[in-house]
Amino acid sequence: MAIKRRDLLKLGGLTLIGTAASAAVGGVYTKPQEALKGSRWALAIDVVKCKENRATCGLKCVEVCHSLHNVPSIPDKKKEIKWIWEEKFEHAFPEHEANHYLNEKLHDTPFLLLCNHCDNPPCVRVCPTKATFKREDGIVMMDYHRCIGCRFCMAACPYGARSFNWIDPRPFIAKVNPEYPSRMKGVVEKCTLCYERIAEGKIPACVEACPAKAIVFGDLRNPNDEINKILKERLAVRRKEELTTYPSVFYLIG
Amino acid sequence: MYNAGKVIIFIVVLILFFTIPMWLNLGRVEAIPKPELPKDKAKCIESKEYMRAYHMKLLDDWRKQAIRENKHVYVAKDGEKYFISLQKTCMKCHNNKEKFCDSCHNFVVTHQDCWSCHIAPEVAEKWQ
Repeated sequence: MAIKRRDLLKLGGLTLIGTAASAAVGGVYTKPQEALKGSRWALAIDVVKCKENRATCGLKCVEVCHSLHNVPSIPDKKKEIKWIWEEKFEHAFPEHEANHYLNEKLHDTPFLLLCNHCDNPPCVRVCPTKATFKREDGIVMMDYHRCIGCRFCMAACPYGARSFNWIDPRPFIAKVNPEYPSRMKGVVEKCTLCYERIAEGKIPACVEACPAKAIVFGDLRNPNDEINKILKERLAVRRKEELTTYPSVFYLIG
Repeated sequence: MYNAGKVIIFIVVLILFFTIPMWLNLGRVEAIPKPELPKDKAKCIESKEYMRAYHMKLLDDWRKQAIRENKHVYVAKDGEKYFISLQKTCMKCHNNKEKFCDSCHNFVVTHQDCWSCHIAPEVAEKWQ
């Protein structure tokens, strides 16, 4: 008995469906209930408070961030890795050097620098593998699984917020956090605004660690958020505004 | 066929040569890996069969969903919820990478590169 073309096609269709079904769809994915909800996370760093307490704080923000995220401390400056670090005003805002009066006021003032989680991130635009991308809540994320180490993002970032792993970082991690991965040689890394803590309903580690409470974390798009009140009341600047990257890190200088 | 005898002998020799691994391991039952399962846990997040067949797909989906889609919770087929994390979820039960992952992966010579970044529990322990 010859099989009809119609039946053959039907059988073919059934086989396809069967194959797809046997590829066994797993469970479903959702957001944790306790996760913080926001549509553009931002930080406001109170430079005045930061300067006042700098002598006693011991740079807790940097210490906690780096130990929590297994950031190595490599003594060679050319190979160092940093997610958040301290810089003086004249280095953080070199474009203001010509402004003698501002420079006089703020010279030597410590500024905490980190990834600005720009609204218009140049690193994301240049990444050829989409290893770095902007999440819907404004965090500029890193997917290390996809990073090929081309360093385009480092060339594109106007803030020097990205570090490349020139060597295996593991020997330089003194105390490991077993709950967080390290990175490997050949990938670029940076601050991810503690996305893993936000998913657990916690604020970023640097914000929590600061003994002077000089860093405020909040959602710019939420008009009732504390950060919006602070930014309205105080005088806030962002780094290299002229580049129209629209950073999410604000420095309260007055 | 010319030289049928020689040709057939050579074919047999070739077949024997290419199946050397099979002959060498013939009867060696101990070569079959037995990954050490967590003793105090009755089940993994999905059925044994599913995990055996699709753990690599599941892990890849976990990565995509957690990192790229910001969905950090996996709802298993039985409705149980799990926080997506290799180090904080998987390795809390499967607390020995060498005895669990490596025993099979070494056997089938598929070397995962998870552990160049993710930190296995026993590695973390040695580190401290």
